[in-house]
Amino acid sequence: MTRALSTRVTRPGAGRRSAGVNPSTDEHATDAAGPAAGTVGTPVPRLSALQCRLCGARYAAAPIAICERCLGPLEPLPDEGDLRRRDGVTRQVITSRPPSLWRYAEWLPFDGRPRLSPDTGFTPLVDAPALARLLGVERAWVKNDTVSHPSLSFKDRVVATGINAAHALGLTTVGCASTGNLANAVAAHAARAGLAAWVFIPHDLELGKVVGAAIYRPHLVRVQGTYDDVNRLCAQVADEFGWGILNVNLRAYYGEGSKTMAFEIAEQLDWRSPTAVVAPLAGGSLLSKLAKGFGEFRSAGLIDGPPPRFYGAQAAGCAPIVRLVERGDDRIVPEIPSTIARSIAIGNPADGLFAARTIRESGGWGAAVSDVDLVRGIRILAECTGIFAETAGGATVAAALALARAGHWRASDEVVLCITGHGLKTVEAVAGTFDDAPVIAPRLRDVAALAARVAQRTGG
Amino acid sequence: MAITITLPVVLAKLAKGERAHSASGATLGEAVADLAQRYPELAPRLRDERGEPYPYVTYYVNDEDARFHGGFGARVRDGDEVIVVPAIAGG
Repeated sequence: MTRALSTRVTRPGAGRRSAGVNPSTDEHATDAAGPAAGTVGTPVPRLSALQCRLCGARYAAAPIAICERCLGPLEPLPDEGDLRRRDGVTRQVITSRPPSLWRYAEWLPFDGRPRLSPDTGFTPLVDAPALARLLGVERAWVKNDTVSHPSLSFKDRVVATGINAAHALGLTTVGCASTGNLANAVAAHAARAGLAAWVFIPHDLELGKVVGAAIYRPHLVRVQGTYDDVNRLCAQVADEFGWGILNVNLRAYYGEGSKTMAFEIAEQLDWRSPTAVVAPLAGGSLLSKLAKGFGEFRSAGLIDGPPPRFYGAQAAGCAPIVRLVERGDDRIVPEIPSTIARSIAIGNPADGLFAARTIRESGGWGAAVSDVDLVRGIRILAECTGIFAETAGGATVAAALALARAGHWRASDEVVLCITGHGLKTVEAVAGTFDDAPVIAPRLRDVAALAARVAQRTGG
Repeated sequence: MAITITLPVVLAKLAKGERAHSASGATLGEAVADLAQRYPELAPRLRDERGEPYPYVTYYVNDEDARFHGGFGARVRDGDEVIVVPAIAGG
């Protein structure tokens, strides 16, 4: 079989080559690391410096995510130039830019244009009147990251940001610890960029997620254990090998990509904030960054009015953040996950405290739903809106319904549900829940018989 | 009882650049205190003023989260391996 044409550009000495390899039979990914096609010679953007969210200590741009002084989380620190550039951006300027998350570039931690992953973002915001009726609210929208480019989950946003940070830092190997979506995204973006990728996942992830990472041929490693074991291992891997592990040592830069979901929602609502946002909670980063994103646009004068109330969705079999919201204290109690919602099965969520505080301070709440209910949520979403979500999406819908029953919605609410990944990635969750479709011979009268039965059932 | 405590790079800087250290104690808390006493600059990063672990620092004893085994009260034995990992999760 002839070797597939590669668009990768290799630089002598960068990464390792494995020449003459048949890509369809080789065990390991081709180590054709090097600068992304088309980026040789182009200036690499300058990366923001970092600051500790807890103690304020500052650091130069680096693949670090933890404060040396207090071990708190680091975040990019915009400098005066960055803030001046934000001032110059109006709604009209943003609206005139191409439909990707880079239309909000001034709020992402780069000075100068990032070259990798240019097409990610600006997913549809789908009006969902049937869902609004079920929730008892005036308006409901689905922020539809199930169709995110390229890997069908919101993780494309954080990888678009993180992989450009890796590039700016001169790293040629990236990686991640993942429950699946991040694995898919890192593998996809790295393949396009020509970067080597080490992707670590629990050994028993859903088939769609495993294939959805393997297809891009990263170094895919299945770890015997829970996601928390994988994550802890990757913290050690980052220390040991110096790779750019997006959700470990590049986390400060990677996290910023999630803000773009909020920016898009605001823009797509015609520069307004919804009154409420429902988002799934895994590590707690997405919800925290959604709040940050709406806050930054408010500070920029691009939207006005009160911030949204934030509601978090988890599975009852792993709900440390929702339990923290309910208790109202300040310490996460870790859990051992037991749920089919693997993408939100994080028993030790490091952004959990921050997410819980964000929820409470916004006047929101949380809901932890059963596996049965989240599957029902997937199906309701599909039947109401034509959107097929993975288990985390089902949990989000089920949580919104549970919150409706508990009286959290006002009739005047405009609610956005953040649906974060495509249902084909977790098809096992719903595959067994349908009655088998009828099998007929290719005869017209058999179709007529079926149609008559349907008409009889529906009285029409 | 000699156990090994492995520090992350970010904390090793406060322990003469060494990541792996020997420590003694019957419990995780005693072993951590032993290490802390030898490296005063490192000490406040390992546990707070009350001697409790920080929410942002997870201790693993033989690859298991110590919080499931009594935290600093977890018993440790000769040859046990303790890893200190600043908590970063989500993927």
